[in-house]
Amino acid sequence: MTNTLSFRRRAVNNVMLSLTAVFTVLVVGSLFVILGYLAYNGWHFLNWDFFTKLPTPVGEPGGGMANAIVGSAKMLLVATMIGVPFGFLGGVYLSEFGGEHGLFPFLVRYTTDLLNGVPSIVIGIFAWTVLVRPRHHYSAWAGGIALGIMMVPIALRSTEEFLQGVPNSMREGAMALGASKAWTIFTVVIPAAMKGIISGMMLDLARVAGETAPLLFTALSSRYWSKGWDEPTASLPVMIFNYAVSPYDDWHQQAWAAGFVLLALVLLVNIIARGVLSRATYK
Amino acid sequence: MNEVDGTAVRMVQDPTQTIPAEATKPEMKVQLRTEGVNFYYGKYQALHGIDLDVYRHKITALIGPSGCGKSTFLRTLNRICETISHTRVEGKILLDGEDVMELDVTSLRRRVGMVFQRPNPFPKSIFDNVAYGARINGLHRQKRIRDIVEESLVRAALFEEVKDKLQQSALALSGGQQQRLCIARALAVNPEVLLLDEPCSALDPIATAKIEELLFVLKDTCTMVMVTHNMQQAARTAEYTGFFLLGRLIEFDKTDTIFRNPSKKETEDYITGRFG
Amino acid sequence: MATSQAVVRPANRFFRRVREGNEIAYTITVICAASILLVTVLLVFQLWNNSGIARHKFGWSFIGSQTWDPVNEDFGALPLAFGTLVSSALALLIAVPSGLMAAIFLAELAPPKASDVLTFLIELLAAVPSVIYGLLGIFLLVPILKDHVVPVLKSTLGWLPIFSGPFYGYSMLAAGLVLAIMIIPFIVSVSREVLLAVPVEQREAALGLGATRWEATWQIVIPYASRGIYGSIFLALARALGETMAVTMVIGNNPKIAMSLLAPGYSIAAVIANEFSEASSAMHAASLTELGLVLFAITVIINGAARLMMLTTAEHAK
Repeated sequence: MTNTLSFRRRAVNNVMLSLTAVFTVLVVGSLFVILGYLAYNGWHFLNWDFFTKLPTPVGEPGGGMANAIVGSAKMLLVATMIGVPFGFLGGVYLSEFGGEHGLFPFLVRYTTDLLNGVPSIVIGIFAWTVLVRPRHHYSAWAGGIALGIMMVPIALRSTEEFLQGVPNSMREGAMALGASKAWTIFTVVIPAAMKGIISGMMLDLARVAGETAPLLFTALSSRYWSKGWDEPTASLPVMIFNYAVSPYDDWHQQAWAAGFVLLALVLLVNIIARGVLSRATYK
Repeated sequence: MNEVDGTAVRMVQDPTQTIPAEATKPEMKVQLRTEGVNFYYGKYQALHGIDLDVYRHKITALIGPSGCGKSTFLRTLNRICETISHTRVEGKILLDGEDVMELDVTSLRRRVGMVFQRPNPFPKSIFDNVAYGARINGLHRQKRIRDIVEESLVRAALFEEVKDKLQQSALALSGGQQQRLCIARALAVNPEVLLLDEPCSALDPIATAKIEELLFVLKDTCTMVMVTHNMQQAARTAEYTGFFLLGRLIEFDKTDTIFRNPSKKETEDYITGRFG
Repeated sequence: MATSQAVVRPANRFFRRVREGNEIAYTITVICAASILLVTVLLVFQLWNNSGIARHKFGWSFIGSQTWDPVNEDFGALPLAFGTLVSSALALLIAVPSGLMAAIFLAELAPPKASDVLTFLIELLAAVPSVIYGLLGIFLLVPILKDHVVPVLKSTLGWLPIFSGPFYGYSMLAAGLVLAIMIIPFIVSVSREVLLAVPVEQREAALGLGATRWEATWQIVIPYASRGIYGSIFLALARALGETMAVTMVIGNNPKIAMSLLAPGYSIAAVIANEFSEASSAMHAASLTELGLVLFAITVIINGAARLMMLTTAEHAK
């Protein structure tokens, strides 16, 4: 009796534990399938022209996505100029001035999390109503600012988290030497948390670099070099979307190449950021 | 050695400042005096009417069981307790006759340095740790900073051990070295008083012995108040000892008297190990 | 000799305070923190304002109406909300068991070193942009479904209404699958953290009473961590509901409510992505903005619920 029971229990144990391993292999395996499939298809169609030439019209072979690469870089620059300072300083406020309690810090934390959960397409609509509709034209500004708004919540919370990781004894040590609170924060606490903060910002940037939805109707896209910052501007993710859903084979090939480049960049930044994080003094 | 850049705060009394009568001639030795200090964490009262005199260039030890308020008291002396919200100090704390509550808090802390229970070097180089205090005091000349760093490390008896690796991270030092680095860091500001909050509790006996030796030398230039858990340490190093219990100062006297001939029963119980 | 600080003149004191910088630092950082409140309020205000004409015209019937017809300017959100909910539900149905199993392996069984490496890889998976998932959905997943999976499905389970009708590839099923693949890494990494936070004593107590490894996990550890796991599921759900690109690329973009998972559908986010830049009229744009408002409201509620659960777990763990 006890033997059969324990046999059944042992069997369930073994089967279920094996299943957990199987699912882990499947999940991790999907990463390699994705990487491998993209590399296989993308590498194939990737050449020098991809980085240096403009897109060609349908049916004309060759061409590249130079304008989209530059466009993405421009918009990410705008996004960084917004997301990093606001997120960073807001995070400094929450960690060093706001405290755990109080209504205002609570509201800031709450809305930050709320904004972080807002679907990116909704951020796109918002940017459109504020930056595109009144001015009647699409622009790299609008796209960059939409991405910047998306960066702020994560930049803010990760800065807060890494600053909180710095032991209080550091703050006391500096203040006991006669440093003012502001000096303590900027000469001791922030430097101590710097590696973590930087890696958080890099991850944040990598995340918005792949965002497509907020750009669809803020920066739109373009088949040409956009002059300056106030014209419709191409970006890699939007190009991938447009080309992938098109019915043309040569556009599909370009989409693969672009997808490979985008994924490689995003994963590279992720790996570097995690490398930086692993060397951080306080986590 | 006491010549520091002009922006640094000096211990010299301003002649226009009126000196309270009780701080004149006969008691000039008193550098730090507290009168009826109460301390509250929110509604909880952690200190009850502490009156205590700290004598110039002497070591004063504060002993008592954990939670008795000795560390809290120490932290009121340089007002570092204010960094915790919902706390309140009542009563008078006089540094050379000046009420510390009236002083600018950052200049107070430059005059009253502190060394903490666990070594807390900044995650910077050894050099930058010691130079930190000099720099926030407005010193920018490299040569002068280098001199101060070296001098402070020498005073903290650490220079010989680290002179070849000043640019390395302070976190790579051993616990005892880190604590001496923190002492050097505090000395670089040239404080008149040095508060030590159980400075050896995280250290092994050898490192502890080195620090005690150091305190003995530092006495010539610095007044020290040390909280300690270790009664032998108090007996070895301090001239004066105060015994705290449940947020009150039970007895304060010469160390010899406290240990040999205490006047209060609680003190005797604690000294003889009947509790705590 | 410098003088004592007690007699510093007011003007000097002012400059001294400026130099110490506490007020300046406070002001600058508090402004940055407040900006996030401002942006969020502005966001709600703009969505509300810009959807005004659509809200006035359709009222509450906007949510109940089955038609989405830009040509005749007749807009109802029901088929889109249906698509959003069904694709997300399908994604959860697949992602929760598999994600939880993987999390159990990583938290309970795998050696710590291996667990860290595998978790690192899974977190990389979470960093893959959604447009890439869409790309793979179109060119890898849909062909596999069409050639291999659905024929088998139809021959065995074809009698079920959810597997009825013709299959052209782009479908609710494809959208649900892509979403599932996208949210699994998220469920795994959050659930793993939650499981790791369960005290070792809980496991040891169960094992000490003679439970098997699986029984200790399933009967003790999982219930202990259940609120946190529910929290992770809700967070994943919020992501799935708002996910745009990958769904847009494989769902079929047909605003019809169909019983079959094999039929094409449409989702709120997808319709915004496809039609917004080409919105033909003010009413069309306003209706799309109202959809955005609906999506915003849904995700706020789900995220709020998730955080509430995570919060009570944190207190529970104390």
